[in-house]
Amino acid sequence: MTVITKLPVNPTAHLTPEDIEQLGVELDAIRQSVLDARGEKDARYIRRVVDVQRKLELGSRAVLLASVFPPAWIAGTIGLSVAKILENMEIGHNVMHGQWDWMRDPKIHSTTWEWDNASTADGWKHAHNEIHHTYTNIVGKDNDLGYGIMRVDEDQRWHPMHLGQPLWNFINACFFEYGIAAYDLELGKNLRMPKERRSAQFKANARKTLHKIRKQATKDYVVHPALALPFGGALQVLAANFTANVVRNLWSHSVIMCGHFPEGVETFERKSIPDDESRGQWYLRQMLGSANISGSKLMHIMTGNLSHQIEHHLFPDLPSSRYAEIAPQVQALFEKYDLNYHSAPLPQQVASAWHRVVRLSLPNGWLATTNAKNLPEQLKLLWGMTTKGPKVRRAAQARLTQQEKRQARAAAAAA
Amino acid sequence: MTSTVLPPRATAPTAPDLPADQPVPAPAARPSLRSRLRKVVDAAITPLELADVLDVFHPLRAGADLRGRIVAIQPETADSATIVLKPGKDWGGHVPGQYVRVGVDVDGVRLWRTYSLTHGPRPDGCISITVKAIPDGVVSGHLVHRAQVGQMIQMAPAEGEFVLPDPLPAKLLLVTGGSGITPVIGMLRNLFSRAVPPALDIVLVHVNVSTDTAMFRDELRAHADAGHLRLVERYDVRDGVLDVADLGDLVPDLDERLAYACGPAGLLDALEQHHADRGLPLTTERFRPVLLGDAGEGGEVTFSSGAVVDADGTTPILDAGESAGVLLPSGCRMGVCFGCVVPLRSGAVRDLRNGALTVAVPGETGPEGVPIQTCINAAAGPCSIDS
Repeated sequence: MTVITKLPVNPTAHLTPEDIEQLGVELDAIRQSVLDARGEKDARYIRRVVDVQRKLELGSRAVLLASVFPPAWIAGTIGLSVAKILENMEIGHNVMHGQWDWMRDPKIHSTTWEWDNASTADGWKHAHNEIHHTYTNIVGKDNDLGYGIMRVDEDQRWHPMHLGQPLWNFINACFFEYGIAAYDLELGKNLRMPKERRSAQFKANARKTLHKIRKQATKDYVVHPALALPFGGALQVLAANFTANVVRNLWSHSVIMCGHFPEGVETFERKSIPDDESRGQWYLRQMLGSANISGSKLMHIMTGNLSHQIEHHLFPDLPSSRYAEIAPQVQALFEKYDLNYHSAPLPQQVASAWHRVVRLSLPNGWLATTNAKNLPEQLKLLWGMTTKGPKVRRAAQARLTQQEKRQARAAAAAA
Repeated sequence: MTSTVLPPRATAPTAPDLPADQPVPAPAARPSLRSRLRKVVDAAITPLELADVLDVFHPLRAGADLRGRIVAIQPETADSATIVLKPGKDWGGHVPGQYVRVGVDVDGVRLWRTYSLTHGPRPDGCISITVKAIPDGVVSGHLVHRAQVGQMIQMAPAEGEFVLPDPLPAKLLLVTGGSGITPVIGMLRNLFSRAVPPALDIVLVHVNVSTDTAMFRDELRAHADAGHLRLVERYDVRDGVLDVADLGDLVPDLDERLAYACGPAGLLDALEQHHADRGLPLTTERFRPVLLGDAGEGGEVTFSSGAVVDADGTTPILDAGESAGVLLPSGCRMGVCFGCVVPLRSGAVRDLRNGALTVAVPGETGPEGVPIQTCINAAAGPCSIDS
């Protein structure tokens, strides 16, 4: 994708400032309708999810004590994976968003919740709730655009390093919780600066994160295997816990990739966002910058209702269990204002997001201008861009861009 | 609720000692087996705490946060009911006449109120509160009309100075108005359920609007018939509003009686004046009204750091505090990230997005205050904020 201000047709061009403000008013009304309706039913829902999750986790860990028997290993590992996914997605993420603060229950509250994840609740709340949800999809401000290790937008400059990003992305997916922890700390940025210039805040947060990681690892890789020792299943439990963590990581990574990376989701230029961005303008940016996953009720719960990413980004503090209910109203607004409500099944969204990761691992236009006939030539060009200096890269990039434009013109003429 | 003891009265017996929140760790050089075991358990369930796990199975166990389960709901009048609770193991008991703060989930929101305990300690270990549904009373209405047996309720230890002295006096005067009978019925039930009822001369002046609204009417009449006490029933619709100057006519030996009174503020004010003029001791218990609906536009915001800011009704508390140099947590500044949540200790704030009011009344709302987002809330009257 390209920031919307550089697209041939800006998808918001047909909206007047009055339209955008009216859109904000209508979305506010949807939000208020949920505030008015939420009550005992919602409270019962989240308490039940917490209850089921805790029983499932304890039960699975108990079954895993007998994991020398393969069926127990399989059942326990599946149960623990599901429990960890529920804890991170439908419970942790949403509780830390303050979605359940209105219940005034200190046990289910954004200020007290700590989750089963390598990143600390405080670090996550800052990086995710504050930065990502406020500056959603603004290139250069929202670090979720590639997490600082990937190029997921044409407007992020290509570097040979990006050739490896399909691989980085896969490794990041397997160990996503550590990726998030590093990302919350802005580890890359901090490691690049000399030690003495790193802030005291960073050092304190890094200490807390290491402490959290140690506790998490001790639980999954020391204590529970040790408890299984008398039953002869220490290694099996270790393997089961590792598997459950990787399954959880792969799943949450996939869901989160689907939220903002599929083709067709818009990004924004830093300088195109006014300092005094109105509520309507902010809503509009959230609408265009997110994508939904369609599917069953179970799928919605397992994604923590991030399958309703659009509704979540519009109303991050509404109870997740209400997103499905307001989705039709939100979709109707998209239609009314002639905007693209981006929704597709999970496999399609995952494929689309991965396609983008692969496409953008290559210079802009390279994939589009390559065919069987010019492949050797194109590879030579890519080799040059990879091994030679920035000057060569710039010249080659200009050629690719020109070629792509010509191709597009030709296609248009043919049509 | 507040209890006032006018001199010259002896001090009331205090509530039994309550267990401390945390067991005091023994200053042992080597960790005990128990504490080592506990460490292993903690390491196995992190980031949860042991209490989170045990609560799933046994929320009323010893060591849990204090709560109770509703085991029975008995209607008293058309708009009042007695709620019988099975308290958690750590309930420290109470002295009849005391009250308890309860946190009730109404429409999913936990709201705290105080109610008098209406039974003395019972053999089955249960306690009870009697609640009168006041007009527009969110919690009282819920408890009287909609609460279900089995519902869990959060609790705090019993409190209050409105208790009978030990040893008991020979003669007692009890004056109650409306639901002011609730702490007194607790005292009476306790006295008369003893194996040997005390030889005590009691006069109870029970003031109500009409017979229909009089709580415990039949039970009190039964006590009177049994000769336990002399019951003076006063009904405003029948007898006119009680003038305390006439109390001497109703109770000729007024001066010889140790007096306790609980009821509406008007009655208590008049009684306090009446007894003070005569130099007589009087213990009162006041039900503080919840100050709702008088929220204004803007107000004085007091931060726990000491700063006091005069904030208007359109400025977020975060901005008002920061402009006065108060260090407050902050985040997105648009109500999205919940990075600015701090407890509102008292007062009212208004959500600038939709005008919704949040009110905190010490003693009525949660013990930790009500957490609010400072970036989208403005003062709606004087309020105090933890910073």
